[in-house]
Amino acid sequence: MLTELLEEANRQLTICNACRYCEGYCAVFPALEIRRELGRGDMVYLANLCHDCRACYYACMYKPPHEFAINIPEVLSAVREQTYSRYGWPQFMTRLLGSGALRTVVTSLVAALLIAAGIALFAPNHRIFGVVTGPESFYQLVPFLVLVSVFSGLGVYVLAVIVASGLKFWRDTQGRLRDMLSLRALRAAGADTLQLRYLRGGGEGCYYPEDVPSMARRTMHSLVFYGFLLDFAATVSAAVLQDFLGVLPPYPLLSVPVMLGVTGGVMMVVGTTALVRLKQTSDARPSSPSMVVKDYGFLAALNLVATTGLLLLALRDSPLLGAALAVHLGSLVILFLTMPYGKFVHFAYRYLALVQSSVESRRTEQWGD
Amino acid sequence: MTTSHPAGNTGIADVPPPWPVPSTASPAALRSLAGVEWDVVVIGSGNAALVAALTACQTVERVLVLERAPQHMRGGNTRHTRNIRCAHDTGDVFTPGTYSVDELFSDLQGVGRGPVNPALALFAVGESQTIPGWMADHGVRWQQPLAGTLNLNRTNRFFLGGGTALVNHYARTAELAGIRIAYEAAASDFRLSGDRRVTRVVLESADGPVDIPTRAVVVASGGFEANNGWLKRYWGDAADNYLVRGTPYNDGSMLARLLDLGAGVAGDPRGFHAIAVDARAPRFDGGIATRLDSVPYSIVVNRDGLRFSDEGRDIWPKRYASWGGLIAEQDGQIAYSVYDAQAAPLFMPSMYPAYTGASVAEVARLAGLDPDRVVRTVAEFNAHIDPTGRFDPGRLDGCGTRGLDPPKSNWALPIQGPPFHILPLRTGITFTFMGLAVNELAQVLDTDGRPFTNVYAAGEVMSGNILSSGYLAGFGLTIGSVFGRIAGREAAQHSAH
Repeated sequence: MLTELLEEANRQLTICNACRYCEGYCAVFPALEIRRELGRGDMVYLANLCHDCRACYYACMYKPPHEFAINIPEVLSAVREQTYSRYGWPQFMTRLLGSGALRTVVTSLVAALLIAAGIALFAPNHRIFGVVTGPESFYQLVPFLVLVSVFSGLGVYVLAVIVASGLKFWRDTQGRLRDMLSLRALRAAGADTLQLRYLRGGGEGCYYPEDVPSMARRTMHSLVFYGFLLDFAATVSAAVLQDFLGVLPPYPLLSVPVMLGVTGGVMMVVGTTALVRLKQTSDARPSSPSMVVKDYGFLAALNLVATTGLLLLALRDSPLLGAALAVHLGSLVILFLTMPYGKFVHFAYRYLALVQSSVESRRTEQWGD
Repeated sequence: MTTSHPAGNTGIADVPPPWPVPSTASPAALRSLAGVEWDVVVIGSGNAALVAALTACQTVERVLVLERAPQHMRGGNTRHTRNIRCAHDTGDVFTPGTYSVDELFSDLQGVGRGPVNPALALFAVGESQTIPGWMADHGVRWQQPLAGTLNLNRTNRFFLGGGTALVNHYARTAELAGIRIAYEAAASDFRLSGDRRVTRVVLESADGPVDIPTRAVVVASGGFEANNGWLKRYWGDAADNYLVRGTPYNDGSMLARLLDLGAGVAGDPRGFHAIAVDARAPRFDGGIATRLDSVPYSIVVNRDGLRFSDEGRDIWPKRYASWGGLIAEQDGQIAYSVYDAQAAPLFMPSMYPAYTGASVAEVARLAGLDPDRVVRTVAEFNAHIDPTGRFDPGRLDGCGTRGLDPPKSNWALPIQGPPFHILPLRTGITFTFMGLAVNELAQVLDTDGRPFTNVYAAGEVMSGNILSSGYLAGFGLTIGSVFGRIAGREAAQHSAH
């Protein structure tokens, strides 16, 4: 990790630790207060504990142009962005897939074209354009076995890389393995995550787009988060229908997979679009440019998956089914591939940071401090 | 009124601030303020000013706030504050327990020489009970109790995020209420009618003076601590070595102007709130991060390497400000806090790293002190520690020295375990007390005690009516809030009639 960046973060956080006015805003400052020396691991931990609500930036009397030049959201998001590269594996994938909305869209289209070519070459009736109906219509275009093996392969890969990255992160931030398995801490961090607790800022929400707090960012982020979970549930329910109940796709509109999928898809489209708009109009000063690039890349990937998923549903009885399927699968492949290297992993590091924060605050209480 | 340099009829401000004070906003922007007659013009945008403006706009419509600083420096010294001291009969989660009017008043009497105007002080203490509710109604949020280092206490309420967040909340509430806040707009002078009524506030633009018509004025423009020339009148060249903890804009220009127009003086010219700050802090605006809390856990020597005061006195809350004054009395206005590895974790970490060495002599040399002298002082101190004392940082432990002059009466830990540390200390002034004499309606009084018709004052610029010397943490904001609210109400009522 860049030494200068860490030195700058250390300089700023040392001033914060002598001030402490922001300690009521979030978990970062109480965690800072129990440290006197800040090593690289501490910095990585604090950076991932930060939820970028920006309350501390607007409350700071030392923000630029003051000569102390304190800008915690900026410096911590720069460190966070480095975290994603540092703990991602293999490194060349990080460089290839770590960032950028444009790169996400282009690679998704390339993947879609490859899939379309695959369909054209190998699908039983060689049709990209044309009406395909009846049970198993998707599988006439892409054989079930191919679909399942590609995506479960990708899924296992993503999970393995994220778990490995998380363990590296935990070791580097001086966490003890025993702490990571503390049921109480895991539960507390889980509750913080599900409630998006730290997107409440100091209580009135995040400071976006400017110095007026609102719950907009938390609402939009909730839409994306829970929309994503609903779509995941839709996939699981489809698997149950097919493998255990023997009902083959496509499913009618009033079926569990389609209803979950549509709801989740709409939530993701609305949420990602609104988050992009919020970012575009927000104050650039407390942000780090490299992180913004990653943000847009991830939001674009999610948006593409959700939009093409809805499109696929709308077009499934039309001659465009094949094309729509290719585009949707292409965007899914790219989402999966970028997950361990782009912004998606933030959930893993944040969750682990929240676990450690919960362990630490419990320890502090026991000291009776 | 006059546009020549004020001659001064009181002699108080005869080392005056630069005058006229130029406004850095564009002449067009300044002229745009002159088109209407304002009901109330408030000078300043700190706590007292914004409380006054928010109160005034409940009665009248056209309220203008003039802030001489650019927007990022708005809010005067309020930017650096953190808590407010108010009396309360019943506690709550933020200030548990009871803190009666009598107790707060008695705390105030214990500070320095006690209140300058006891009646006004008692009035402010009584009014303080209603301030937290008012603040919450105007957008301020309180800090929840934490498991961590900040123990909320019975006497002071902490607002979430500190003073800059407070100013942000108030300014946002003010703008939503239709109050106009003009930045880089420095009031420079007043035009008065025959009955000592201000009719216009004058701004000095690059194109010449701009007159702002108004029916009433609230002066909440702070003390004069950032005016070195003025400080030197009372402190001599020692003032060159004082650091100013807050805004560089508090040069006292409005105070000087009103004194020249015949306003009466309240308070001691040498009265100020000053604490020990890191000697390496910037000349202005270093704020809380430069404060050093090492004194009780160390010994403090002057530049000759000699101790000069009891580091272990009970400083909270009444003598909280004592070390600023003590250092001001030393040669070169500098002192050095000497401690060892054992004491280092006992106080808040400093913003600048301490000088650190393997021996007392080495660290003294690094700090530019005579090593032999400091070694002797440390040895003498260590030898006089009462061996029966039991050190306890959580209370006045009575663990002190015997037969040492000056003594250290609490928390006397031997300085013996390497590494050894030294932090250099200077006097950091928070604000000066001497200001405009006022009555209970916040009206500015003349030298004969008669009020100006429509001129009101609030905040540091009138704190000398109450504070004499020394300081009670959090009470500056209490004065500003109490008198800001009265000034805003009275100014608006005057305008409305």
